[in-house]
Amino acid sequence: MRTIKTEDIILNVKEMCMEANYELSSDIKEKIISAKDKETSEIGKKILSQLDENMKIAKEEKIPICQDTGMAVVFVTMGQDVHIEGMGLTDAINEGIRQGYTEGFLRKSVVNCPIERINTKDNTPGIIHYDIVPGDSFIITLAPKGFGSENMSKIVMLKPADGIEGIKKVVIDAVREAGPNACPPVVVGVGIGGTFEKCALLSKKALTRNTDTHNEIPYIKDLEIELLEKINKLNIGPGGLGGYTTALAVNIETYPTHIAGMPVAVNMCCHVNRHISRSL
Amino acid sequence: MIEKYIEVPFDDEVVKNLKAGDYVYITGTVYTARDAAHKRMYEALQKGENLPIDVKNNCIYYLGPSPAREGQVIGSAGPTTSGRMDKYTPSLLDLGLKGMIGKGKRTPAVIDSMKKNCAVYFAAVGGAGALLSKCIKESEVIAYDDLGTEAIRKLKVEKLPVIVVIDCEGNNMYCIE
Ligand code: SF4
Repeated sequence: MRTIKTEDIILNVKEMCMEANYELSSDIKEKIISAKDKETSEIGKKILSQLDENMKIAKEEKIPICQDTGMAVVFVTMGQDVHIEGMGLTDAINEGIRQGYTEGFLRKSVVNCPIERINTKDNTPGIIHYDIVPGDSFIITLAPKGFGSENMSKIVMLKPADGIEGIKKVVIDAVREAGPNACPPVVVGVGIGGTFEKCALLSKKALTRNTDTHNEIPYIKDLEIELLEKINKLNIGPGGLGGYTTALAVNIETYPTHIAGMPVAVNMCCHVNRHISRSL
Repeated sequence: MIEKYIEVPFDDEVVKNLKAGDYVYITGTVYTARDAAHKRMYEALQKGENLPIDVKNNCIYYLGPSPAREGQVIGSAGPTTSGRMDKYTPSLLDLGLKGMIGKGKRTPAVIDSMKKNCAVYFAAVGGAGALLSKCIKESEVIAYDDLGTEAIRKLKVEKLPVIVVIDCEGNNMYCIE
């Protein structure tokens, strides 16, 4: 049994909220920078240069990369031999979000209720997902999610007969429909399989995977490569103003599903695809 | 790519000179408003009340900034998705609103109203809020303070880089295949 104090969790979550919003992971950064050379459109090149400069200013001056500092999505992978000491774990994570968003000068974008819509003023609550695993590890992944791109996400309950072609169509159509709204170049998170809610969760989790890696299943890896290529022929381009760089990556996660179904979820994310993990 | 420099507030003559695809640097006063402020302005108009800002010949930036640190004018300050304002936009255009800065598609109803009222829609680069904040020299909340980031702010901007996406004739950069 290993004991983790909630005060450590609060501190880590707080720091992660800030770090994630000031600096992107190196894979995304490098993809934006290298896209400049491949980009065919003049305006597209200019926009990619601006994104590069924006990242530098954000990092140096600790100004959020984007003003939409997101709703804090948190994935906790917790060993079943870990004992949490202090307050409730969910409360501790929310306290970390509260402190991070307040002390980090991050935007408070959460409203209390989808109908009443009163700002909670501290960006809580976060969206927290727990995964219990054997052992005593404790890993937190924090992924602030902007809603310009979130709003362009979708889930489709395909039939098995729709096959892999059906999946491709759902993903490409989602990117096409999102167009300029999702702040391209985008990162596309795709979930395939599971149930309705599992599929959506897979697509969100896919966005937290390093974009230099591929799915371990060979035919899913091939699908990632093929979809990225097809998406980059849509001529949506940086800012949606035309060009090659529509997407930086397509990350797919799959899960077993029912004999009668083939859910596909597409979680759109902008180039400001923020995620950061820490092991406590 | 044609580069142009304009000052806001502006009139029909300036707007008519802006063509879809132009790269424009805006200097002058713009007002921020996003979802909640638009809803409130729209409701005020429906009740026959005055708006807290005179939109005539002015430009609205669809922006909800992140908070400023000490010594900063404003935090990160890039555009939000314009489409969410579409329901409210034609009534502001009818009052003489000349320009909008945001990102993303507009509905045909907005584009028709832009043509009718001679107005222009600019896109700023989404996700470049740190960079864009450098063009904002003054910021002051002038209405709906209770809305936090969604309050209406009066901004003084200097050479804010934007692209004309939809011009007053309805030419639309997003529709070029
Ligand atoms: S979609 Fe992403 S880059 Fe665009 S405004 Fe939202 S968080 Fe920022």
